[in-house]
Amino acid sequence: MLFDKFREMADFQAELAARKVAPFGAVTEAVYSATEGLVQGRRVILAGTNNYLGLSYDERCIRAAQDAAARWGTGTTGSRLANGSFAEHQALEREIADFYGVNNAIVFSTGYAATMGMCATLAGPGDAILLDADSHSSIYSGVKLSGADIIRYKHNDPEDLAKRLRRLGERASDTLIVAEGLYSMYGDIAPLKEIAAVKREFGGYLFLDEAHSMGTMGETGRGAAEAAGVEADVDFIAGTFSKSLGAVGGFCVSPHAELEAIRFCIRAYIFTASSSPSVIASTREALRIVRAEPQLRRKLWDNAHRLYDGLKALGLPVGPAASPVIAVELPDRSATIDCWQALLEAGIYVNLVIPPASPSTNYLLRNSVSAAHSSAQIDAILDGYRGLVERGLAKPAAEA
Amino acid sequence: MTDYQDTLNFLYSALEEQNKKTLELTEETRLVADIGLSSLEVMEFIEKIEDHFDITIPLNILPDVNTIGDLAGKVQELDP
Repeated sequence: MLFDKFREMADFQAELAARKVAPFGAVTEAVYSATEGLVQGRRVILAGTNNYLGLSYDERCIRAAQDAAARWGTGTTGSRLANGSFAEHQALEREIADFYGVNNAIVFSTGYAATMGMCATLAGPGDAILLDADSHSSIYSGVKLSGADIIRYKHNDPEDLAKRLRRLGERASDTLIVAEGLYSMYGDIAPLKEIAAVKREFGGYLFLDEAHSMGTMGETGRGAAEAAGVEADVDFIAGTFSKSLGAVGGFCVSPHAELEAIRFCIRAYIFTASSSPSVIASTREALRIVRAEPQLRRKLWDNAHRLYDGLKALGLPVGPAASPVIAVELPDRSATIDCWQALLEAGIYVNLVIPPASPSTNYLLRNSVSAAHSSAQIDAILDGYRGLVERGLAKPAAEA
Repeated sequence: MTDYQDTLNFLYSALEEQNKKTLELTEETRLVADIGLSSLEVMEFIEKIEDHFDITIPLNILPDVNTIGDLAGKVQELDP
């Protein structure tokens, strides 16, 4: 029957409802600041929002959006290829290209559309795509649509990438290699120096998704490639406006002039309405702030270290290094759901991640840190986790 | 190119660890429905095959692979 494949999900949702827990699509009923809101009737510290620089609630960005709505209206009501290219969209494309020091940029309506659309279009039947095994769902969706041969390399493993490029022989030089700067679940960073070296050895085109690293990494906030000093080796950088820039939308920049021709072949760009001018305007202002205020990045990393060190001191199983994304990885589904609910009741909102969204068979309490978090808020988050340990809900790594 | 029977024999031996139900493996044995391989186990198994034969098995072909025989056939096609 058509609906049989949804039975497992329906059962899981029923289980959550019976437990009176609603971790997926938890409704935010009010927003008080970039880091505080009312979620399911509880005033909480927001520690699962990807609002890395806190710009979603920046007065300057809000004003820019308000002014643009007054000037341009609430929506474009059409695709970029029809009536939906406003001067605002073009201005943002110029500014994002300038930020990356290239001549070519495309602005998409979502980050998902940017990565999915680019991956679906760049390679086609007869080509090969080598993607990191832990790639985001949008990348998997895109490569599936491409019709190219899809080959995974082990997560963050340049040696495995090299092995697979070698096996491709002459095809290697035309292969699209896909990596992310900072992976969204564990917050681990790609070894881009080594990946770039492999690309130089075998050839190919490097496509890098900087969704979580743009604004958070690199001296000027351009991302993980800037931090690794390998921007010259990257052929395409994609990213999102919905994290560090606090709005919604996506982009792709490239030094290749062909990006302009590619633009007219991307279905996810052609057949969808363009972003509202207010969204574009707040994104432009946020980008200006990212460039002008590097102190936001420093504050973000101070907070990331404070949270990471604190979780580690509690003995909780976290990744190998501090990052704006810090996941506590637990093996038991039921216990992890209880932990999520206990944190919410303690005034902390984090993300609950279950397989297959988590990269392993384990369950994650995923925390994302913001520059807008105060030290007291980070300590309150740590108090929430301390409560889990004291109640025996989350076990320190050594006991797990 | 490896002989088809040799390919099958390798697949049988490579599956030994995951064959927790100790089924008698044949060409018709289904990897997921019979042996119960999880998606992660399928990927590990595929990698084992790739390394052994030094070939690349694109993810695209996996929807067409249900049985050990299906997989042996694909390996034969991909092994130069």
